[in-house]
Amino acid sequence: MSQMPQQAALAKCPSCAEPLESGDLFCGACGYDLSVVPAAPEDHPTLTMTGSAAPGDGVDWPAPEPAGSGSTQPAAHRAADVPGTDSGGNALHHGEPAAPGVRFDRRPEPDEYPLQAPDPRAPAGPAADAAAPGGSDPAQVCVACRAGRVDEDGYCENCGHAQPRERDRMERESGPVAAVSDRGLRHHRNEDSFGVAHTALPDGSPAALAIVCDGVSSATRPDEASMAASQAAVDTLVAALPRGTHPQTAMHEAIVAAARAVDSLAEEPEAAREHDPHQNSPACTIVGAIATGGLLVVGWVGDSRVYWVPDDRSAPPARLTEDDSWAAQMVAAGLMSEAQAYADERAHAITGWLGADAYELEPHTAAFKPDRPGVVLVCTDGLWNYAETAQEMAEVVPADAAARPLHSAQVLVGHALDGGGHDNVTVAVVPFPAPSRGAGSA
Amino acid sequence: MANFAKPNVPQFSVDVYQNEYLPEGGREVNAIATVTATGGGTVGGAGTTPHLYAPGRGPSAAVAVMVDCSGSMDHPPTKMRNARDATAAAIDTLRDGVHFAVVGGTHVAQEVYPGDGRLAVADATTRGQAKQALRRLGAGGGTAIGTWLRLADRLLSSADVAIRHGILLTDGRNEHESPQELRAALDECAGRFTCDARGVGTDWEVKEVTGIASALLGTADIVADPAGLAADFTRMMETAMGKEVADVALRVWTPVGAKLRFVKQVAPTVEELTDRRTEAGPRAGDYPTGSWGDESRDYHLCVEVPAAGLGQEMLAARISLVVPQPDGQVTNLGGQGLVRAVWTDDMAASTSINPQVAHYTGQAELAQAIQQGLDLRKAGDFERATAKLGRAVQLASASGNADTAKLLSKVVDVVDAATGTVRLKAKVAEADEMTLETRSTKTVRVKK
Repeated sequence: MSQMPQQAALAKCPSCAEPLESGDLFCGACGYDLSVVPAAPEDHPTLTMTGSAAPGDGVDWPAPEPAGSGSTQPAAHRAADVPGTDSGGNALHHGEPAAPGVRFDRRPEPDEYPLQAPDPRAPAGPAADAAAPGGSDPAQVCVACRAGRVDEDGYCENCGHAQPRERDRMERESGPVAAVSDRGLRHHRNEDSFGVAHTALPDGSPAALAIVCDGVSSATRPDEASMAASQAAVDTLVAALPRGTHPQTAMHEAIVAAARAVDSLAEEPEAAREHDPHQNSPACTIVGAIATGGLLVVGWVGDSRVYWVPDDRSAPPARLTEDDSWAAQMVAAGLMSEAQAYADERAHAITGWLGADAYELEPHTAAFKPDRPGVVLVCTDGLWNYAETAQEMAEVVPADAAARPLHSAQVLVGHALDGGGHDNVTVAVVPFPAPSRGAGSA
Repeated sequence: MANFAKPNVPQFSVDVYQNEYLPEGGREVNAIATVTATGGGTVGGAGTTPHLYAPGRGPSAAVAVMVDCSGSMDHPPTKMRNARDATAAAIDTLRDGVHFAVVGGTHVAQEVYPGDGRLAVADATTRGQAKQALRRLGAGGGTAIGTWLRLADRLLSSADVAIRHGILLTDGRNEHESPQELRAALDECAGRFTCDARGVGTDWEVKEVTGIASALLGTADIVADPAGLAADFTRMMETAMGKEVADVALRVWTPVGAKLRFVKQVAPTVEELTDRRTEAGPRAGDYPTGSWGDESRDYHLCVEVPAAGLGQEMLAARISLVVPQPDGQVTNLGGQGLVRAVWTDDMAASTSINPQVAHYTGQAELAQAIQQGLDLRKAGDFERATAKLGRAVQLASASGNADTAKLLSKVVDVVDAATGTVRLKAKVAEADEMTLETRSTKTVRVKK
C-alpha cells in the first residue's frame, strides 16, 4: 500500500470543506494535513435524497374557507371544528387552559448521563426491515471524514464522529402505506418512532394503518417510549381489526395498549441509568390513523397530528386532530387567538401523553367518512411546525401522494429539513380509501 | 517488568462524568474519569484500606528504604532513634519473599543492609539481620538525595520483580548536590521505581520532597514529630505491599484535529500529567500513573475538539489503562471510558457544568491558591497572600475538604469562610505551614 499522500482524490478539505487543487499536501484554508486522508472510495456513500424541494414557497396562499361552510365536506376545517368523539361517542373535552399536568417537549435541565448506545433491541423494532442507510458493514468507513474505520462503539477511529444510527433515518412501506422518520438537523438522536401495516377486515375489505409517536425529550429514554408505544399500538390494531373490532374501538384499545407499554418501561430496572438523579418516567405522544374502504378513524394523545388532503386539490384539506397542548387549550377556551397562542413559548407544552406519570389517560378517537379519495398524513410536530395549517400542509404534499406514498413521505420530511429540521421529523402517508388491490396479504 | 502470568492483576474500570453538551461552535470538553482497580489481591479489601497478602502470596516486589543519616539527624538525638525504629517497623511489615535493602543517605549513599549491591529476601532471619544492621546507623555528613536514589535504583533493578518501590526519609535540605543533579537523578529513576518521600522535622524543603514524590509517582508527607515515624512507615509499607501491578499508563485517544489541553490526576491528590505524555500510536498518548493496588483515582481531562454542527456527536476521547512493554507491546488492563461531545441548541443543556468537573476544578484551584498564598506570604506580600489564602478557605469550606480547612485555620484566622474573609495569623508554627504546603494537593471526592 502506498504511503504517498493521495490528495488528488480529494475535491475538498475533509476538515473545513475548502476546495482543493490537485497536488495539495495541506489545506490552504485550515492547514489540514491531507496525507492522513486516504483516497475516497470510488463509489461514494449513498446520500439520502429527500425529493424535490417543497413547492410554493412565497406563494400567495388562498385563505381557508370559513368554518361551517363545509358541512358536506369530509371533515371540518379547523381544529376546533373537527367533530371528534372519544371512543365512547362523547364529545372531546375542551379542557381548562391550565390543565394540571403540563410538560414541555424539551429538556428542562441537562441530563447528566443521557447518552446511550444505540438500542440493541432496535432491530426488533418497527423499522426492522427499513431501508436504513449506513448498514452494519464491519469494515465500515466513517461517513464524516471517510478516512477512519468505525470502531465497535460507533465512532470513527480517525475523527471521532458518531456514525449514523439505524433510527437516524427510517423509511418503511407496508402495502399502500409508507412512512419516513428522520433525526432532523438539530437533535443528536431520533426520538420519534412509527409503525405502518395493512390488513383485512372480516369481510375481506382492506384496512391500512399507521401509528406515529414522538418521545418527550424532557423525560428519560424518550426513544424507547416512542418505540414501545408504536409497536404495541400496531400489534393491537393488526390483531383486532381482522377480528371485526370496530376500527374506532380498535384505535382506542391500541392507544391504551401503547400507554401500558410505555408505563411498563418506567418499572424496568435500568442498571445502566442508576446514577441518573432525576428519574423521569419515559413518555411519548401517539397519533394513528386507520383507513378502510369507507371509514377513516384517527386517534391521538399529545400534539402529534393527522391531516386530510383530498386528491382533488380544489377541495379543502383539514386537520383531523386537536392537540393536547397548551396552545390548543388556550385557543379552544377562547383566551387567545391561534397566532398568539402558537407564538407563546409555552405553545408546545403538551397536556396529554403516554407515560407512567401521565395524570389520566384520555385517548381521543374520531371517525370520519370522507366522500372522496385523498391521503391521510400522520405526523409529529417536527413536520407540522413547518406546515401548520391544513392548507399549508396540502401545498407540500405531491399530487400523486396516494400512488407514491413513500415518495410523498420523503418530500414531506424534506420540507421540514429544508425549513431547518429543528426537531425529529416523522410522517406516515395513508391513502384513503384503502386500495383493495393486494389487500390482506401482499 | 510486570509478569502477567501471575493471577494477581486487578481489573480496571473507568467511569466518565461529564456534560457532553456543547453550544454551537463550542470546542472545550471537560470530563472526570474515575479509574478503579479491584479484585487483584487475595483479600477483598477494596477502598482505602490496603490489604495484606498471606505470606508467600502476592506479586513479586522489591523495596528500598532510604534513611537520612546526615549530621542533623542527631539534633535532637531522638530523631535518629525514631528513624531507626521506623525503618525497623517498615521491615517488620515486609511480606515474606519480598526483596529489600536499606540505604543510609548522607552526601553519599551507603548500603546498610544487606550490602554488596544485593537485595535481601525477606524472612525471619533477614528481617532480624536488617534490624541488627540498623543499630549501626549513625548520623554524620551532608545530604545528596540524588545519590541515594541512584543507589536504590541500582539495587532495585538487580531483581526480576513486578513491583519496585522506594521509601525515602530526609530531615534536611538537599545541600550537597545541585538541584540539577537531583533533577537528573529523578529523570533517570522515573518509570523505573515508585517512591514515597517523607520529611521529618521542619528543616527540609517542601518542594524538594513533594518534587521527589511527584516525579516518582509516590506520596509526600510531613512527619513533624519524629515519634510518629514508625506508624507512618508501617502504613507506607502496607500500601506498597498492596500494590499489584506496576507501570500503569493512562492511555488517551483523541480524534484528529483535537488537542488535549490538560490531563491531571485530581484524587486522591492533584498531580499534573499533561507534560508527561509519551506518544502511543496514532492520536494516542500514555500518561504515567505508577503502580496500583485495589484503589480508585480520579482524572480530569480537558479536550479541545474541532467544532461540529448542531446535532452532531463526536467521540472526544477514549480512556483506557495499559502497561506498555519495552518491546512496544501493551497489556490492556480492561475497562475504558468514552468522553463525548454533542452539539445542541438547548442552552440549558450546554451551559451547565457537570458537578464532578466543577468540584475538581475547585479542588485544583484550592491546591494552587494554597501554594501561591504561602509563597506570597514568604515573600512578604501579605495583601495578596491574604487574598489567595482567603480564596482557599472559601473553596475548602464549600467543597467539604475538612482536612485542608483545618490546616488552613492554623495559618489564617477565618472571619467568614463563605466569603473567604481571613486574616493572616501573626505567628504560625513552622510545622503547621509546612504541613499545609505539603498536603495542599490532597483532595476530597465529590459528595454523593
